[in-house]
Amino acid sequence: MSNEIQKFTDPGLPEHVHRRADTDPKAAKQAERQVAILFLLSALGTVLVIFSYIFMKSTTFVFLPVLGDTNAQQLALGVGLAMSLFFIGMAAVHWAKTLMPDTEVVAERHEFRSEDADRADFVATVKEQGGSAGLGRRTLIKRTMGLSLGLLGLSPLLLLRDLGPLPKKFLTTTDWKAGTRLVTDPGDRPIKPSDLEVGAVAQVLPELPAGTERTLENIGKDAVLLIRLRPEDFNLDAQRLSWTHDGIIAFSKICSHMGCAVALYEQQTKHLLCPCHQSTFDVTRAAKVIFGPAARPLPQLAIKVDDQGFLVAQQPFTEPIGPSFWERSS
Amino acid sequence: MSVKDRAVGGLANYVDERTGAAKWLKKNLTKVFPDHWSFMLGEIALYSFIILLLTGTFLTFWFDPSQREVIYNGNYAPLSQVHMSAAYASTLRISFEIRGGLLMRQIHHWAALIFMAAIVVHLLRVFFTGAFRKPREFNWLIGVGLLTLGIVEGFLGYSLPDDLLSGTGIRIAEAILQAIPVVGSYLAFFAFGGPFPGTAFIPRIYTVHVLLLPGIFLGLITIHLMLVWYQKHTQYPGPGRTEKNVVGYPLMPVYMAKAGGFFFIVFGVTAFLGAVASINPIWLYGPYTPGQISAGSQPDWYMGWLDGLVRMSPPLETHAFGHTISWNIMIPGLILPGILFTGMALYPFIESWITGDKREHHLLDRPRNAPNRTALGVMSLTFMIIALINGGNDIIATHFHLTINQIMWFTRFGLFILPPIAFVITKRLCLSLQRADRELVLHGRETGRLLMMPSGEFVEVHEPISPEKAWTLTQHLQPAALTVAPEDANGVRNPSGIKGKIRARLSQAHAEQIPVPTESEQKELEGGHH
Repeated sequence: MSNEIQKFTDPGLPEHVHRRADTDPKAAKQAERQVAILFLLSALGTVLVIFSYIFMKSTTFVFLPVLGDTNAQQLALGVGLAMSLFFIGMAAVHWAKTLMPDTEVVAERHEFRSEDADRADFVATVKEQGGSAGLGRRTLIKRTMGLSLGLLGLSPLLLLRDLGPLPKKFLTTTDWKAGTRLVTDPGDRPIKPSDLEVGAVAQVLPELPAGTERTLENIGKDAVLLIRLRPEDFNLDAQRLSWTHDGIIAFSKICSHMGCAVALYEQQTKHLLCPCHQSTFDVTRAAKVIFGPAARPLPQLAIKVDDQGFLVAQQPFTEPIGPSFWERSS
Repeated sequence: MSVKDRAVGGLANYVDERTGAAKWLKKNLTKVFPDHWSFMLGEIALYSFIILLLTGTFLTFWFDPSQREVIYNGNYAPLSQVHMSAAYASTLRISFEIRGGLLMRQIHHWAALIFMAAIVVHLLRVFFTGAFRKPREFNWLIGVGLLTLGIVEGFLGYSLPDDLLSGTGIRIAEAILQAIPVVGSYLAFFAFGGPFPGTAFIPRIYTVHVLLLPGIFLGLITIHLMLVWYQKHTQYPGPGRTEKNVVGYPLMPVYMAKAGGFFFIVFGVTAFLGAVASINPIWLYGPYTPGQISAGSQPDWYMGWLDGLVRMSPPLETHAFGHTISWNIMIPGLILPGILFTGMALYPFIESWITGDKREHHLLDRPRNAPNRTALGVMSLTFMIIALINGGNDIIATHFHLTINQIMWFTRFGLFILPPIAFVITKRLCLSLQRADRELVLHGRETGRLLMMPSGEFVEVHEPISPEKAWTLTQHLQPAALTVAPEDANGVRNPSGIKGKIRARLSQAHAEQIPVPTESEQKELEGGHH
């Protein structure tokens, strides 16, 4: 035995095994019939599509187990379409697998690298043709071309400038001002403290001057959540306590993390939860973040009652509401 | 000559005299493609794309991409007289008044989910079999580009109906824009044409969703397929399959029938899902308003990992010099995804740098034969799955009676602890599988037949495996690790220094293998037996 290490050798392609349909005309005939049946099933599907599109009412709902209440026409159209497509596919594949040649074919590969001579030729061509333009010699052309092409790239950026206005003060201000009434959303009715029982929550918006239309942009920064606790439940410093009224406390509803509406209030624990990223705020401690990715408490709106007994804001928010941004200072 | 023959000949002549295509077609109609189920994954992605184009075009005929406020008075009674955007109202019309409209919407959405899933699984196949190696690095890059754009395209698509759920998603996207230092609030105002939500966003993303991105997709997919065509498909190792050939079936007729048929099968299955499986029932969510939200807000699955990372982020923000940097958004929303996708895009180049392997590869690796790569893949996958789990933490919490806090803390730690563990386990598993292969080649297959020796001892009879199988298990090369000597013979320090050392260390880890059994070894063993 020699000491040289001998690797296993490639036995080459295994011998071709014939299918039944290759040798037995009866099996081939049977396969042909199977393919035909599959094509017919597809045709049946299309008939179902045509029938349901024309003759079924689009408002009929049927109750089906698992699916529940389902629009009968949409279901029939879908099942018909699925059949007509699926069985064409099955027929083609079955045809290929049973009746089309299944002898494996070998094709050669070629290395992608070009011949050395071609590569040298290519480099020479580039040098020669490029040199004939004289780019290397004519530095004035080279530099001015660089300048013009570089500057050209600026125009598309410039042209996009009018996509929108500058933020100005929009991110730092809201429509809440000293004395702005809190009104219900929806309904726009002013609220008295007696409208809220202990444990109740309400979404409110600032009352807008008559004749102004409320837009989604306003709601997106003005939405406030009003919660009533027992006054003794609060754990606030004197200033923040003075921002509440008889157990009623108001926070911006726009999450200080990414701006979702902080809408889930848990009465037992007195926690507010944002359904987007589960930041959790403790209402009794001025919406301090007790869990989740939010880094700041929800801004608190100072409230009181006016002479007519309606709830109003004492002052605007003392900090920007909503998610952080670069220009925000705290 | 029959009439049919003459017709075919006439047509071929007509076309060839104007294009000279006969030679090219003759060669390419019989082009050979190797056969394997895992090569269908990319096909599913391609076919879903075609389904998306077809159903998407249908939807554009009725969809009104406008945030103009309208009062709904259509067929869906629960939302009657509600103020909403024209986009939302027209989506309701498609769902309730256009025959087949709901079906097309649902097929479109299902096809999008399948498109993304097929891209991801196709990418995993390419990664774990080493199909990205030279000369296919360009196609890997294009694939990563398609995946990235697919995520964006999908997000824009489900944002178009302007319902309460999708509007919330856009709100989050706006917050991510706004968190970018220095220019964030400007970018957000430019993107939305003013304060959020404004009325510019839906029309803008509509153009991007139906024109810009599909155009880029078409271009990239075309290059992707042309490269596959030109470079010829990779193949799995086996008897008769070498780096120099490709073994399979000709395009005409076998692959035309199989691939063409498969398109119809994919379309049929997607249509069936669209018919019976309700998806994104936007009428239940209501129109978008920034002051409201529905519980259990979830993005589509391919965004879930991103949302999961954002959810588990610690509450970090820096306030300094009158400015704010939101690390709790920047790190999970921009920096980490940037690192992950850049790393993925560069992986072919990193691996080739580690191994020093500059040869062409057309035979695929069995994943076990590249333990380091396989382990790295499983490690990244583990990371993504943990992030994805946290993206559904609220749903998981309600379904399995856990608290969100438990899941969040599990994933916060798991994100750092579990991927390395997955790496080690996978690598050991690969090496064990290599050992099992070696056993099989050297000692043969266990037959389950027991033999009593004259001495009364029982032994199990082993049968040698076929030469084909033996070749398949032993054909791969096991290149040695690169070595970088710290000093050369004259005592001059290697200039590559630390970089060289790192490379040598990585190369060593990459080259860790169980030696492939050789025929000599097998003969020696046999000699010992007799």
